[in-house]
Amino acid sequence: MANAQTRLACKPADYKSDIKPIWCPGCGDYHVLMSFTRAFAELGLAPENIVVVSGIGCSSRIPAYTNCYGFHGVHGRSLALAAGLKVARPDLTVVVASGDGDGYSIGGNHFLHACRRNIDMTYVVMDNRVYGMTKGQPSPTTEPDFDTALSPGGTGLSPFRPLVIALASGANFVARAFSGEPNETASILVEAVRHPGFSFVEILSPCVTLRPDEREWKNLVHPAPVGTTTDPAKAARRIMTDDGFNIGILYRGERRPYQPRMAGQTIDLADLEKDFEL
Amino acid sequence: MSKMPSERPITSIAELLALAYQIETDAVQRYTELSEQMETHNNQELVKVFRDLARAEGIHAEEIRKMAGDIDLAAQAERLGRWKKGGSPEEADLGAAHYLMTPWHALQLALTGEKRALAFFTSVADSAKDAKIKDMAAEFVEEEAEHVNLVYRLLRKYPQPADTWSEDDDPPIAQD
Repeated sequence: MANAQTRLACKPADYKSDIKPIWCPGCGDYHVLMSFTRAFAELGLAPENIVVVSGIGCSSRIPAYTNCYGFHGVHGRSLALAAGLKVARPDLTVVVASGDGDGYSIGGNHFLHACRRNIDMTYVVMDNRVYGMTKGQPSPTTEPDFDTALSPGGTGLSPFRPLVIALASGANFVARAFSGEPNETASILVEAVRHPGFSFVEILSPCVTLRPDEREWKNLVHPAPVGTTTDPAKAARRIMTDDGFNIGILYRGERRPYQPRMAGQTIDLADLEKDFEL
Repeated sequence: MSKMPSERPITSIAELLALAYQIETDAVQRYTELSEQMETHNNQELVKVFRDLARAEGIHAEEIRKMAGDIDLAAQAERLGRWKKGGSPEEADLGAAHYLMTPWHALQLALTGEKRALAFFTSVADSAKDAKIKDMAAEFVEEEAEHVNLVYRLLRKYPQPADTWSEDDDPPIAQD
């Protein structure tokens, strides 16, 4: 949820850093970055009141390309870092960026428990169904018949269902977006940040270098045929049976965000340091 | 996927100039981004093509700024809020880029942008009630039509590559 701060008249460019992205030309992550900056401008938050936390992978380079606070953490642990940050500094808006390898494989366990804890932050996973940075290994969302030299004949494994898992684990907001529609994606991100609790947004973001077939996604995505629901049972049925290309906010829960009792208490750093004195 | 909302009609020369200026400056920014991407991937021929396109759009922007005199075009465009979330007519599609793309592909992007700008100014010229706005929009139509022709002339120099243009002799990975 965006915090009660003065709304600024910022432009998307105000949230961009001077560091030039090094993603492959045509990569969907360029559009995701655009959606981030457009969403931040729409929310009118000061860059210094936003923290973008990430793990490892192509997607996780994104904090460097914004001029918000950033934390490029260890592989799969972005949610753990972000949870600690949000609990300690509930005044900040925390957005976590990840990919399908970082978020669903190495960080899969953190994903479940972040949904369950329902801490007020937004988790964005740029899903390209491949490990792009390490040259094309199958990820948890890769199709079973993705046949490459690295996975001859395909893995034969059923893909991970991130939205189903998120809903079943207690995420309070579940949405799917497509990077090629940056305005719609920005609108979804705005809603995700504003919604109290743990908001999960999966962004289909093509890897045009290792999965050129994903350029076709722009012709496959379509708006979700039904509106958002607050009923998890209805949402589960829809998400379980959709084609994976439904775009929109699929579930808005009403659970209260988790905030530990310690929040708001002032802890003297000197007191903490005493415990570590030799 | 989304429908564009209908826009408020242009009511003054200052507004028309501001939008024309925004079209050119948005194009400069996008071509610059693309040239930087190509720089990262060492496609030097495309670095030059995109830089040249950015430079050409920058010259057009400067011409419009001179026409506007004391009008602060950037501030005026900001107030209008048109294409606030992107979609400016000459903004090339980032998703169409490829690390092995050729000048032909870059010029196809430019052609699409110039045609969109032509369509935009044509619709302004057709719908404007004010004679001065209509006349100025018609001038922009002529200019954009010339730009379209210029891209077609450049395309004679850079014919369409063979279907194998994206085949990499040293690919990121051996994908059988």
